[in-house]
Amino acid sequence: MRRIYLDHTAGKPIDKRVLKEMIPYFSQDYGNPSSPHYFGNQARTAIDESRTSIAELIGAEKKEEIIFTSGGTESNNLAIMGFAYRNQVKGNHIITSSIEHMSVINTCKHLNKQGFQITFLPVDEFGIVDLQSLEKEMTEKTILVSIMYANGEIGTIEPIQEIGDLVHSKGALFHVDAVAAAGQIPIDVQKEEIDLLSLSSNDMYGPRGVGALYIKTGTRIQPIMQGGGQERGLRSGTENLPGIVGMGKSAKIAKSEMTDEAERLTRLRDIFVKGVIDLIPESFLNGHPTLRLPNTVNVRFNYIEGESLILSLDMEGVVCSSGSACTSKTLEPTHVLLALGLQHEEAHGSLLFTFGKQNTREDVKYVLDILPSIVKRLRQMSPLTPKELID
Amino acid sequence: MYSEKVMDHFRKPRNMGEIPDADGIGSVGNPTCGDLMNIYIKVKGNVLTDVKFKTFGCGAAIATSSMITELAKGKTLDEALKITRGDVAENLDGLPKIKMHCSNLAADGLHAAIKDYLKKKEE
Repeated sequence: MRRIYLDHTAGKPIDKRVLKEMIPYFSQDYGNPSSPHYFGNQARTAIDESRTSIAELIGAEKKEEIIFTSGGTESNNLAIMGFAYRNQVKGNHIITSSIEHMSVINTCKHLNKQGFQITFLPVDEFGIVDLQSLEKEMTEKTILVSIMYANGEIGTIEPIQEIGDLVHSKGALFHVDAVAAAGQIPIDVQKEEIDLLSLSSNDMYGPRGVGALYIKTGTRIQPIMQGGGQERGLRSGTENLPGIVGMGKSAKIAKSEMTDEAERLTRLRDIFVKGVIDLIPESFLNGHPTLRLPNTVNVRFNYIEGESLILSLDMEGVVCSSGSACTSKTLEPTHVLLALGLQHEEAHGSLLFTFGKQNTREDVKYVLDILPSIVKRLRQMSPLTPKELID
Repeated sequence: MYSEKVMDHFRKPRNMGEIPDADGIGSVGNPTCGDLMNIYIKVKGNVLTDVKFKTFGCGAAIATSSMITELAKGKTLDEALKITRGDVAENLDGLPKIKMHCSNLAADGLHAAIKDYLKKKEE
């Protein structure tokens, strides 16, 4: 059966060029970068090259501002917790938004139990963080503001530069979770006044289990894990050499191919959205119509439920998601859609399609061919559907 | 995640639809939680001659609705009232743990429909 993968936010395939770059570091150049000998030097050089590629992707001033972690979740934990504990003498207030990734939300909730004050900012119906609320909430106790670059579930891109300006004008520092955005849209940490920025390798077609944290020179954080003091003492543990090499290569590829790929995906995305809205009555786009990631489409269909949509599409070879892969462990609809002001039943009826490098216009056409009848079939089963919509 | 039996009932739901002149209707669940089930019954004498369903919900909700109609059809009211949530899950070769509580509402729906019928009969 033809299988069309439209769940790139849940997991991406590794780019073959990345995989090729990694292979020697498993069994030929396997040294420990902390060692002073030949093998250690090889490993250290490889890691430094990777650091440089990542620094270049996000416009960092120096490669030393990048440290490697095990992924986006760890980067977010280290940035927020590491910063909060190191700077608690200056204040105990942290501001974030209500549509952040769970690794930000739950880190903040954890800090709240340790005595920190946390403010979760509201967003508008498109998922844009409210700047006026941000300004109003900032006090002299506010040490950190953490806002995502773009949301992986609805694709909405936040006004990062404006937020950065505002945060710095009030004397706090700015952390950005760029896991969903990096490699898709340009990021410039210097221009956008970002002090800490989280990245994940797999979201850029690199291997899983590796990520990075940008720490602007002068930004003080403390480690959250104790050990041998690798990564400038901020992230102990022997470096994941093949993973780091892979992440570096993925950043390099992203930098050179991002513009063309973003253009291509935006075209596919917009054809798909228009097709869905035109072909299926009472279907709606979730998130912002234009300020959105090139690959992300979140649509909602009244009167039906997301999981039965996913199962039906899967039976026809189309793979997508109902929101974050993490929230499917609970039966609650995702917090992101609820924060947009959607009702529970509207959130339950939403589908997330995320496109990737290998998707084509034919894929879009195929999904648009099968989706209307799937929605119709489920609506015929639903006691909520008004009669005129089925007949 | 789901058993082949669940997927079979999801793919080809049995007895899906409304009974326009139903003798009893049971409505359980809540769309806010992601599941809403309507069970319609037709009764002759003491026997369920027809059972149909309409469901808004996940794969498990649809499969359990379909299964209850098969289990209940042709049964007496007393027999049907004895069908439990566990029976429904068992006949589907099990359900994921997380779905056992929320989406396994079909037996409740059937019982509600029978009670609705008995109440109407009294009036």
